[in-house]
Amino acid sequence: MKNKLKVLRAERDWTQAQLATALDVSRQTINAIEKGKFDPSLPLAFRAARLFNIKIEDIFQDEVLDKNLK
Amino acid sequence: MNKETTQNSSLEARARKTTIQLAFWTSAWVMSTALTTFGPEYIWDYNTTLSMISVLLQLGFGFGMIFAHKQHLVGLDDLMRKIQLEAMAIALGVGLVVGLSYEALEASKLITFEPEISHLIVIMALTCVTSVVLGYRRYK
Repeated sequence: MKNKLKVLRAERDWTQAQLATALDVSRQTINAIEKGKFDPSLPLAFRAARLFNIKIEDIFQDEVLDKNLK
Repeated sequence: MNKETTQNSSLEARARKTTIQLAFWTSAWVMSTALTTFGPEYIWDYNTTLSMISVLLQLGFGFGMIFAHKQHLVGLDDLMRKIQLEAMAIALGVGLVVGLSYEALEASKLITFEPEISHLIVIMALTCVTSVVLGYRRYK
């Protein structure tokens, strides 16, 4: 699963630690999600969407679906 | 930046609280296990009532420890919980596989001593700790 977490965070000039505190997760979790090493749970994805005030699919994209559409 | 939490306290505060609770119940269970193991021989000379009480205490603290561990897992974030659960699954698997092979060694007379459950617990604990460390390194 691809995600735009790093881009969205950079746009707001937030550090990984600040985003982690805002989402109630560890900084390591934010780092792992941004690097694509770890896919968040649905509740965490919803929290991120609420925080950035955008839809979940605008943050997280299914790579398999994207390949099929091409 | 608004804090988007779904629980009452922060991750750090929750982890600290549940870790202290887990440490308390684990210590109580270890001490009650020692009491149940050595008490009959060295303290109360195999008194049935006291032995029963110590076993019940051990069971009580054991279930308390299980509940505290569950609460600890619930309080963790997604990634930390995944690392812990994977480590526990690996430790359980290693315990089962190594345990049965260890038993087979004795059954087929390849070892002369009786297999001890404590050896298995040590292997499972070391496997769990190693898996947690490797898990944290993998997602670093």
